[in-house]
Amino acid sequence: MKGKFDVEKEYGRWQETALKKALERSPERRKSFQTTSNIDLKPVYTPLDIEGLDYLKELGFPGEYPFTRGVRPTMYRGRFWTMRQYAGFATAEETNQRYHYLLKQGQTGLSVAFDLPTQIGYDSDHPLCTGEVGKCGVAIDSLADMEILFEKIPLDKVSTSMTINATAAILLAMYCAVAEEQGVPLDHLRGTVQNDILKEYTARGTYIYPPKESMRIITDIFSYSKDHLPQWNTISISGYHIREAGSSAVQEVAFTLANGIAYVEAAIAAGLDVDSFAGRLSFFFGVHNNFVEEIAKFRAARRMWARIMRERFGAKQPTSWMLRFHTQTAGCTLTAQQPDNNVVRVAFQALAAVLGGTQSLHTNSRDEAFALPSEESVTIALRTQQIIAHESGVGDTIDPLAGSYAIEALTDKIENKAFEYINKIDEMGGGIKAIESGFMQGEIADSAYRYQREIEHKERIVVGLNEFTAEETPFTDILKISPQVERYQKEKLDKVRAQRDPQKVKDALEKLKQAAQGTDNLMPPILEAVKRYATLGEIADVLREIYGEYKEHTIIT
Amino acid sequence: MGKRKIRVLIAKPGLDGHDRGAKVIARALRDGGMEVIYTGIRQTPEQIVATAIQEGVDVVGLSCLSGAHNQLFPQVVKLLRKQGVDDVLVIGGGIIPYDDIPALKKAGIAAVFQPGTPTEEIITFINERLGDHH
Repeated sequence: MKGKFDVEKEYGRWQETALKKALERSPERRKSFQTTSNIDLKPVYTPLDIEGLDYLKELGFPGEYPFTRGVRPTMYRGRFWTMRQYAGFATAEETNQRYHYLLKQGQTGLSVAFDLPTQIGYDSDHPLCTGEVGKCGVAIDSLADMEILFEKIPLDKVSTSMTINATAAILLAMYCAVAEEQGVPLDHLRGTVQNDILKEYTARGTYIYPPKESMRIITDIFSYSKDHLPQWNTISISGYHIREAGSSAVQEVAFTLANGIAYVEAAIAAGLDVDSFAGRLSFFFGVHNNFVEEIAKFRAARRMWARIMRERFGAKQPTSWMLRFHTQTAGCTLTAQQPDNNVVRVAFQALAAVLGGTQSLHTNSRDEAFALPSEESVTIALRTQQIIAHESGVGDTIDPLAGSYAIEALTDKIENKAFEYINKIDEMGGGIKAIESGFMQGEIADSAYRYQREIEHKERIVVGLNEFTAEETPFTDILKISPQVERYQKEKLDKVRAQRDPQKVKDALEKLKQAAQGTDNLMPPILEAVKRYATLGEIADVLREIYGEYKEHTIIT
Repeated sequence: MGKRKIRVLIAKPGLDGHDRGAKVIARALRDGGMEVIYTGIRQTPEQIVATAIQEGVDVVGLSCLSGAHNQLFPQVVKLLRKQGVDDVLVIGGGIIPYDDIPALKKAGIAAVFQPGTPTEEIITFINERLGDHH
C-alpha cells in the first residue's frame, strides 16, 4: 500500500513543519476541541482515519443493510421528509383550527401535543390538574374531544403522530374510533403513538404505572396493531427527551437503543415473533448544535440498530432492521435572549437532521423559551424546512457527506462509544434495570450539569446569552392560553357524562378490569370503553387500581 | 463560623416532568454552599408547603415549564402565609413569559428567573436577600 505510506509520511511531515510552525506563531483557540460527547476532535481528518473502513460492510447502499446511508433507496429524491410540526393547545376546537392552518401552509403530517392531564390520565376536573388544562397541549377528556380535534381532517389522507405514552392505548383507541366514524378502515390509518414509557422514567416524567405493567400495555399495543393497524408505528423510541434532559449525543443514542432492546425483549417474552412487530418500531431523536457530531450520530444510530436487530435478535426481514426516525430541533438550545437568533439555530439543526437522513422533522419556533409558539413563529419554522427542501439542494443526492474522513471517523466513534454504554447496561441486566437503579438518570444529570457549567465558565459560547449580549426589550408577542379553557373543558366533560349511557360505561370498564387482571389484550376493551364515552380518567383509573402507580426515586448527585 | 447554612427546597409543582433545570439548580446551590432538598416532580402546593415547614427551609425555589405557574406559584405563597410562615423566600423559574412576571411578584414570588439565567445570579440573589440572617 504505497498510497497509505505516502499519506502517513506526509501527515507526519505536515505536523512537524507547517502545523508546528503555525502553532508556534499563534496557538489554537483552545487546548482541546471536543464534541458534546467528549470526543476529542483532531485538527484534521485524513484517509488514515478511515483506513479500515469496509465500504460494503460499514456503509453499503441506501435502503440496504446496514442502512448507514439511509433507509430508502431513493431518500429525498423520491419524496422529502414529512414536515410535521408538533402542535396542540387549549381546546380541541382551537387546535383543530391550527391543524387546518398548518395543512394549508403545506405541512404534510400532523403531530398532536396533549396537555399534561391527558398525558397522565386525569380528567380536566381532577384536583391535581389545576392550572394545567390546555396549557402545554390540547385537553382530551373523551372521544367527544377527539371527534372535534380531527373534524374535517380525513384520517385516510394524513398521517398523525401523537406524543402520548402512559395513556397511549386510550388515545390510540380514540383515534381508531374517530376513523370508524369517518368510515376509514383501520388498516388505512398511518401515524405513530410515542408509547415509549422507559424514557418517561428517565427524562420526561409522564409515567403512571410501574415498569412491568407499563411494558404489558405497550406489548398489547404492538400485538393489537400488527393485526389491525398494519401501517401504524406502534412506538417512537425516543432519545429526544433524554437529550433535552441533558445527555450527550452518545448517551442519547446509547440509552435510546438500550430502551429499544428492552421493548424488543419484552415483546418476544410476550410471545411475539420479532419480525411480526419490529418493522413498526420507529425512533425519535433530537438534533443539537454540533453539526458534524449530529450528522454522524444519525448515521451511527441507523447502523447500530440494523446490527442489533439482525445479529442480536436474528430478525430476518429488512424492515425489521431499519431505524426510521423523526427529529426535532433541540428545544434546550433556544435562548430567551435575542429570540430571533433561534430561527438561525433551528435552521442549522434542521439541516443536520436532513443530512442525517431523517424521515420526518419538527422545527422549533423562535419564541419557545417563553411559551408555546405563536402562529407567526410556527410559520417561520415550517418555512425553514421548506427552504432546506426546495432551495438548498441537499436532498438531491443521497447522504452527500458520506466518505468525509471526519464524518466517517465520527460515525465509527459514536457507534463504539454507544455500544460501550449498551454493553454496560446489558451487564446491569438491561434498560429497565439501568433505569430502576438510577444509572441513566445519573449519567444524564451529570452531563446536564457539566453543560451548564461550561456555559457559565464561558467554555461554551451561546450567542446572545454569555457573549454578544445586548440590552433588549422584552419579547411579549406570544401565544396566550385563556384561563377560560379550564372552565370550558370542565363544562364539556359534564355534558359528556350526562349524555352517555351510564350502564354501558360501567359494563365496559368492568370488562377492561377483567382483561387487566388476566392476560387478554387490553386494546379491545379500551376501544369499547372509549366508544361508550368513558373518560380518559376513568379508563386510566381502572388500570391504576390494578397496577398501582410508579414513584420516582430522586437523587441529586 | 456560627453561621447556619441556608436551607433551600427546590420543588416541582403541578404535573410537569421537565426537571433538568430543577436538578441543575439544586446542584449549583449545593455547590454554592447551601443545603438543598429536592422534592422530585408532581408535587401539589400543599405537599410543597408541608415539606418546606417540616424541613424548616429558608428558601423555596419553584420550577414549572408547563405553563401552570400563574396558578401554582401564588398558591404556594398563599398556603405558606396561611400556615403563618412569612419569612420564607419564594422564588420561581421555568418557561415563564415576561407578561406574567409582575403578577407573580405581586403574589409574593420574590424573583422569577427565565431560561438562560446563570446559577451564580440565583445564588447571589439568595445570599443578598438572606445575608444578614445567616
